[in-house]
Amino acid sequence: MTLAARTLTPGTASGAVLLLHEPLSFWGGFEAHDGRIIDRNHPEHGTVLTGRVVAMAAGRGSSSASSVLAEAIRLGTAPAAIVLGRPDAIVALGALAAVELYGTAMPIVTCAAWADLPAGAIVTVAATAPGGPATIEV
Amino acid sequence: MASDLELTPDEQAVLDGATGEAAALAMRMVVALAHMVGAPRLLEVTRAHIDSCLFHGQAGLDFARHLADLGGRVVVPTTLNVSSLDLRHPALVRLQGQDRADARALMDAYERLGCRPTWTCAPYQLQDRPAFGEHVAWAESNAIVFANSVLGARTERYGDFIDICAALTGRVPDHGLHGDEARRGEVVFDCTGLADEVRAEAVVFPLVGHVVGATTGDAVPVVVGLPDASEDECKALGAAAASSGGVAMFHAVGSTPEAPTLAAALHDEPPARTVEVTTAMLCDARAQLTTSDATELAGVAVGTPHFSLAEFARLRDLFTDTGRSAQVPFHVNTGRDVWDQVVDRGWAGDLEAAGVTVVVDTCTYITPVLDATRPGVVLTDSAKWAYYAPGNIGVEARFASLAACVDSAVAGTVVPDPVLDLLVGPGAP
Repeated sequence: MTLAARTLTPGTASGAVLLLHEPLSFWGGFEAHDGRIIDRNHPEHGTVLTGRVVAMAAGRGSSSASSVLAEAIRLGTAPAAIVLGRPDAIVALGALAAVELYGTAMPIVTCAAWADLPAGAIVTVAATAPGGPATIEV
Repeated sequence: MASDLELTPDEQAVLDGATGEAAALAMRMVVALAHMVGAPRLLEVTRAHIDSCLFHGQAGLDFARHLADLGGRVVVPTTLNVSSLDLRHPALVRLQGQDRADARALMDAYERLGCRPTWTCAPYQLQDRPAFGEHVAWAESNAIVFANSVLGARTERYGDFIDICAALTGRVPDHGLHGDEARRGEVVFDCTGLADEVRAEAVVFPLVGHVVGATTGDAVPVVVGLPDASEDECKALGAAAASSGGVAMFHAVGSTPEAPTLAAALHDEPPARTVEVTTAMLCDARAQLTTSDATELAGVAVGTPHFSLAEFARLRDLFTDTGRSAQVPFHVNTGRDVWDQVVDRGWAGDLEAAGVTVVVDTCTYITPVLDATRPGVVLTDSAKWAYYAPGNIGVEARFASLAACVDSAVAGTVVPDPVLDLLVGPGAP
């Protein structure tokens, strides 16, 4: 099965799907040092995002989320890819900064059907250029 | 690229490196954002305000240093938000070792890029500020909401990395709150049912702001029934709404410039919905901004967003009226520019005698200034401080009016808050 998506940040990556049942704020909700969700009010509190294809409805909260995601990419604790229900420039800009600094691409795409991704299944996210098409191969 | 973004020859030249590698990198980021949001063109901005100067990790420092090493210089007047240090009173912040060095290095990098070392979250309190209709690139949620709502300037929600990229290029995508359509009020918050004496109190503004932020979602809210609000009252409302929610602009009919009338705020269209603001809602807001009802008082923290000159005048009067000084730590955050004006007016000695500690360049909810091991609650009149401080610095917070903050500080214990009781009914100790 292949889902059509839209690119926020380019790149290709594979990983196991992790569905988040609430939007996550990377600032204050996520610890870059170990890749873990630290927001105690979040249903997936304690879950490690590293290497996963993280799917959620939207980003949330502070604009400093960009910095936290870029730091996680630097440290190698970031998700493999992020699938959002709605576009979130704040999250995407963190990934773009990491490309400029470290040459590490992390695809971020929007996909209306994000919640249909099978939890735990290995998928491949292939994203072209900001605003351009993308695919999620299940 | 999928969207139909058209660049001017000048913009294309910057992208191609004609004005240097730093500007080209910054333009790549701005152009990528434009493609993401589907903007048809870029817009020129006249100024920028940078929030990336607060340290959140090595990546942020790497980015600023990389731009500075590439010879980057801002092309529009650019102010800087708070850092995690107070350079005027270095000993106040108990940040040590590498954390302190990192914070300072980040501040230095942004100064190298040509930004003004204003170190304030309230750039709208500086002498030179955006005029009505000016397009700017501002970061920091309370500054964004103030610029759009109170100044009538136009900015989207800019954040880390893109703020300095806008400053280095003088460009942002033509999108969102830069256009008329996104500024249309959609959800009406009707405060006319609140008693007149309630609406006359400054403390109503952060509480209404908290309700608005938690309720309005993505829509621009319109507050009705709080006319002739002061800038400080609008500041408190906006900061609260940008904390409990993602509000980047509000209208207050009769107070903010794009809302001379309700119809004007709604762009002559019917509202999507109307919420009647009740005292019960304000009561809930107060409860949500209070993690402990203990009367043991650890201290007072005000000035989030940064205290204005008018707020210093009122604070000085409140202490003078009591004729006493604070018996617990009493911290006020402000910008160095406002603080210089306070000093020029000769008020610094009065505040010091009252036991007030002034913190500049930073804020007590983001960096270790308070002694979090002191037992008891920290009183604040700031909804934003009450919202974030318990999670950030591990204190118990309790929301109160500024008058009750002062009365409690001089008593050394939390005293009843007559202003808040008036609003939400008795129940405070």
